[in-house]
Amino acid sequence: MAELLQFISSGLTVGAIYALVALGFTLIYKASDIINFAQGEFVMLGGMTTVFVTLAGVPLPLAALIAVVSTTAIGVALHRFAIEPARGASPVALIMITIGASIFLRGVAQIVFDRRFHSLPPVFGADPIQFGGAAILPQSLVVLASATVIVTVLWLFIERTLLGKAVIATAANRLAARLIGIDTRRVVALSFAVSAAIGAIAGILITPIALTSYDAGTLLALKGFAAAMLGGIGSAPGAVVGGLLIGMMEAFAAGYISSNYKDAVAFLIILAVLLSIPQGLFGRAKVERV
Amino acid sequence: MPAIVIAALIAILPLLFPSAYYYRIGVLVFVFALAVVGLNLLMGFAGPVSLGPAGFLGIGAYSVAIGPVHLGMPSWLCLLGGALLSGAIAFLVGRPILKLKGHYLAVATLGLGLLLAIVLTNEARWTGGPDGMSVPRLVLFGWSVRGATTWYWIAGATFVAGFVLALNLMDSPTGRALQAIHDSEIAARVLGIDVARKKLAIFVISAIYASVAGSFLALFNGYITPDAAGFLRSIELVAMVVLGGMGSIVGSLVGAIVLVVLPQVLTVFHDYEQALLGLIVMVFMIFLRRGIVPSLAVALAGWRK
Repeated sequence: MAELLQFISSGLTVGAIYALVALGFTLIYKASDIINFAQGEFVMLGGMTTVFVTLAGVPLPLAALIAVVSTTAIGVALHRFAIEPARGASPVALIMITIGASIFLRGVAQIVFDRRFHSLPPVFGADPIQFGGAAILPQSLVVLASATVIVTVLWLFIERTLLGKAVIATAANRLAARLIGIDTRRVVALSFAVSAAIGAIAGILITPIALTSYDAGTLLALKGFAAAMLGGIGSAPGAVVGGLLIGMMEAFAAGYISSNYKDAVAFLIILAVLLSIPQGLFGRAKVERV
Repeated sequence: MPAIVIAALIAILPLLFPSAYYYRIGVLVFVFALAVVGLNLLMGFAGPVSLGPAGFLGIGAYSVAIGPVHLGMPSWLCLLGGALLSGAIAFLVGRPILKLKGHYLAVATLGLGLLLAIVLTNEARWTGGPDGMSVPRLVLFGWSVRGATTWYWIAGATFVAGFVLALNLMDSPTGRALQAIHDSEIAARVLGIDVARKKLAIFVISAIYASVAGSFLALFNGYITPDAAGFLRSIELVAMVVLGGMGSIVGSLVGAIVLVVLPQVLTVFHDYEQALLGLIVMVFMIFLRRGIVPSLAVALAGWRK
């Protein structure tokens, strides 16, 4: 029982981070049909910037803020200088541009920062809390609470504000949205900004537990992408559920089978799900019109 | 016609090579171009985007490593065996996977490639684990194949053969059926084309191309690590296809040349290598979005007018 609880807590923690990355994929995909493979680099930039700004003597909360703001600026710049000029290119070409961007950001990160692993001090110390025989890190609770807040705020923003409604309209039908006077370019730019901010926050949250380095983004992007697909691409609840599921699968596979094969188990289950439900857990089956 | 030009270029080019290093680059270009031609048949003609092509490259590479070392089989037999195994795996997993569409297909192929890389990394008893293993030299009729110059001619000839095969395949009824599928799957089906079967066939063929390229790569380098089957290798292969031009067989060679030669040139810039590589990929895709060869062909046609 204690073991089970332990696996659930570590699975949910990692899963919450995957969910945030998947949410970033989903937002950009909703607004623009683009799969942004630089999403993992946003996470890396959030963690690395915070580490290096704190090393320069800035207090942690301010450093975190600087990291989120600068990563958001990079997200907007990515849209402005790489995605916007390539408007109308094929989906594969756009994917290649975002992959190019991810290589570029990784390359810049190893020049500006370094090639070593870094950590951050946990917000509420490193002493685990004993709960039902399981040792839970305070930082895990911080991750879960923050992820919940982010998802709620994002939901409120999309559902309750005029700008959020513009995002929904753009996702539903870009041409119709433009016809009723929505600046769809700004909506896409906004989706890049918000995705970058969410990614940066995820990076800051996970660094005390999992360490970060200039190339930490690749694997996170893969897991986040897989989570978004598992939930059904374009579905925000799907992204969250997909992320948590992958985190749990990994934790259980690592605990009961072998930590070497935890990634293999996660991807095997994803394959199995996709082969039985080709549109993902929460995706809608598309009816093709000819 | 393009095949003759390319064969002539391959034959003449060594006259300009100042050192053996250039033969080495040449071998790498041919080996990757071979895999890319196969992948381009799949992505450029049949349609589906694969994010796991390096998986089959890895099968080919480890076949010529594990076969001779652990099973005592001759390398050339293992090369054929690896190709057969890759084709068989593609045939088995192809039917369910190719039913998926768009990004779902991409994530499924991604998962498949990753699974293979994970197995190669963890089964250290057979594969040497993350450190990799050394590959015995290829021995043909008692002749041990070694040296970049020898490999240049072998890889060059194999590439031309693969190139001609791909061109002929595209002109065959199967090739025309594939192009019809690429343009509109539903229209192709209405015309009576067995879409699932044609797609499966091309998936198997592209797996065999990748496997042979992987075997060559391992035999030439004499060493192999699980990176050969990894995600970044897959991305590299896809980038070669897209950069050269999807659906352009000549583009496959151009894409391989650009992405093999470019990192070699960029090593001059040391730390800035990766950043520049990413930047160049972005700039190419933004300004030559259909790929180098098709974009230049359009530009040339416009200029002639």
